[in-house]
Amino acid sequence: MMNNRKREIRLGTTYSFPMGIWLFIFFLVPLLIIILYSFMKKGLYGGVEWEFSLAAYRQMFNPNFMRVLVRTIVVSVAATFFTMLLALPCGYAMARSRNQTLLLALIIIPFWTNSLIRIYAWIAILSSEGFLNETLKFFHIISESLPLIYNQGAVVTVLIYMYIPFAILPIFTTIDKFDFQLLEAARDVGANKTRAIISVLLPNIRSGIITSFIFTFIPIFGAYTVPLLVGGKDSYMIGNIIVDQVTKTRNWPLASAFSLILTLLSTLGVMWMMVSSAKERSQSGKKNPSFRQGGNL
Amino acid sequence: MKGYDVQIENVSRAYGSFKALDDVSIDIKKGEFFSLLGPSGCGKTTLLRIIAGFDSPDTGILLFDGKEILSQPPEKRHVNTVFQSYALFPHLTVYENVAFPLRLKKIDKNLIDSKVREYLHLVQLDSHIHKKPGKLSGGQKQRVAIARALINEPSVLLLDEPLSALDAKLRQNLLVELDHLHDQIGITFIYVTHDQSEALSVSDRIAVMNQGKVLQVGTPYEIYESPATDFVARFIGETNLFEATVVNCDPYEDYFMTTLDIPALNSLVKVTDYDNLEKGQRVSFTVRPEKLKITGERPNKVGKDINLFHGIVEEPIYSGFQSKYYVLLENSTVIKVIQQHANYMDEGPEIDWKDSVFVSWSAEDGYIVEVVDS
Ligand SMILES: Nc1ncnc2c1ncn2[C@@H]1O[C@H](COP(=O)(O)OP(=O)(O)OP(=O)(O)O)[C@@H](O)[C@H]1O
Ligand SMILES: [Mg+2]
Repeated sequence: MMNNRKREIRLGTTYSFPMGIWLFIFFLVPLLIIILYSFMKKGLYGGVEWEFSLAAYRQMFNPNFMRVLVRTIVVSVAATFFTMLLALPCGYAMARSRNQTLLLALIIIPFWTNSLIRIYAWIAILSSEGFLNETLKFFHIISESLPLIYNQGAVVTVLIYMYIPFAILPIFTTIDKFDFQLLEAARDVGANKTRAIISVLLPNIRSGIITSFIFTFIPIFGAYTVPLLVGGKDSYMIGNIIVDQVTKTRNWPLASAFSLILTLLSTLGVMWMMVSSAKERSQSGKKNPSFRQGGNL
Repeated sequence: MKGYDVQIENVSRAYGSFKALDDVSIDIKKGEFFSLLGPSGCGKTTLLRIIAGFDSPDTGILLFDGKEILSQPPEKRHVNTVFQSYALFPHLTVYENVAFPLRLKKIDKNLIDSKVREYLHLVQLDSHIHKKPGKLSGGQKQRVAIARALINEPSVLLLDEPLSALDAKLRQNLLVELDHLHDQIGITFIYVTHDQSEALSVSDRIAVMNQGKVLQVGTPYEIYESPATDFVARFIGETNLFEATVVNCDPYEDYFMTTLDIPALNSLVKVTDYDNLEKGQRVSFTVRPEKLKITGERPNKVGKDINLFHGIVEEPIYSGFQSKYYVLLENSTVIKVIQQHANYMDEGPEIDWKDSVFVSWSAEDGYIVEVVDS
């Protein structure tokens, strides 16, 4: 018995070897380069000079950049929050529906179109002569175009649209595995509908919620096309700063430092997910499948 | 206020064109241990779900203590359920599972604690209170489910085959525990099972169901000794069942005995049962295997009320406390006989394979059941 277990563990390690190589080449090496660059002197025409310097980090604590960092966090948290708020009932409805395959297809079909094109479609919808404003004017609900685009609201809206599938899918898979008789059991002993969902459904799909959170928060946190295309002057996010530092200002060390912050904050998120997922697993006494599933998506 | 009368009146429930419940009417009395017995898929769970409030009937009414209850949501009915699959909350410990119903109410923490411990003690789980359900054995899970269902002190406890997942020995022990529990707290138990021996051993009354219909409601004794239909006779215990035609049913002509013609036995058979019969009527005749006597020799005194047949033992099955014989009668019908091994001295010579034997039973031990066209 014990021997078998040991063997299994050793085999597991062997099988994960290719993944280790993959992680090393495409994650660890670039990360090391970024760390290295962030401590270098900025080159005149991009690139770096091989000389140790903390200039990038000093520049980072500039109030303008700090404002962007705070804004990025606020916008990301808001967009993630609303995404989750919408994804929960969607995932629930999908899990309870008889047409699961159809609904899954409906979620996946938009991915056949390039994301840039989908963002441009939103410009066509939201702009002052866009579909929404024209429709509202046609029905005389408004007389002047509403400022629907090039502001924070547009950024959050489009971010929700872009990332909601990534939130729905993990939630759907965990709810799909949830034993709905537990809700009946809760109601049986005196919980009303809302109470049963809060105290029985939510704790049992926690891992799915956490996976969804990570899957939406991380890409939203690093987003740059959406704020660039539908945001206004005050919608800049860290992602935009990094792009600007690389392509316009050509301050690669600063871009690296910002990237590092981005990666660190994201990694913290992932670690939080793994720790709480592991805790849940050891508590319930069985393997938690949703975590693995989340990783496969 | 202990227990409710539960009245189920003309309840029907269909899924599409399939009738899961077909005009079911049952009156369950306060404090009764009432069993719903029937084969898989006969609608037992459907009926429990209607009583608990998770499903509603297409037609019919449900009364608790004479009050209509169908309009109430599950959380408002004083009914708690032990689910077929336990349905324990996997994210909570044993203690928290049992405390869950109380924590929904605004109750003092210390009171909750003492009550939870009291009920965990009642189901003998004191030493497992901090485990998660995933780490419990089947029997322990079932007892958590019972404690959780009881802690609200419901008026009716619904138990949906709570023992079906357990092995025979444990099932027997828990069944006895359940029976004690019922005597202790005295509320109405509605117990669902497809195991007839379970139902017979603990119930005050039983409703036998098949294909969404209630076939008979009665005490275990009534159900076993005087089954209403051929299905009930076959479903409860073992029996010999034959098609028969009534030849004579005048109670004053033949000492209150009816004469039946049974083609399978190629003979006339006497039965002490004459109610509601007509000459020429087609019925089913049943006699329990343990009511039959088996002897090697022809019995020397055969009264008017004894039915006697000769045959050959086809298969003797010895199982310790009893033996079962399949006896091939002269016209090649097989009849089952069960002989109890109560007292060694009484038994006479051993009966073996291919032995020539006489099988007999008294007219009082046979029983006529209604034929239900199906
Ligand atoms: N939601 C449903 N949709 C369609 N048919 C259903 C549904 N629920 C139950 N049925 C059908 O109704 C019939 C009765 O089901 P029920 O669960 O009441 O059986 P049961 O007597 O509890 O059986 P078992 O002993 O196997 O638990 C079954 O044939 C089942 O297929
Ligand atoms: Mg059932």
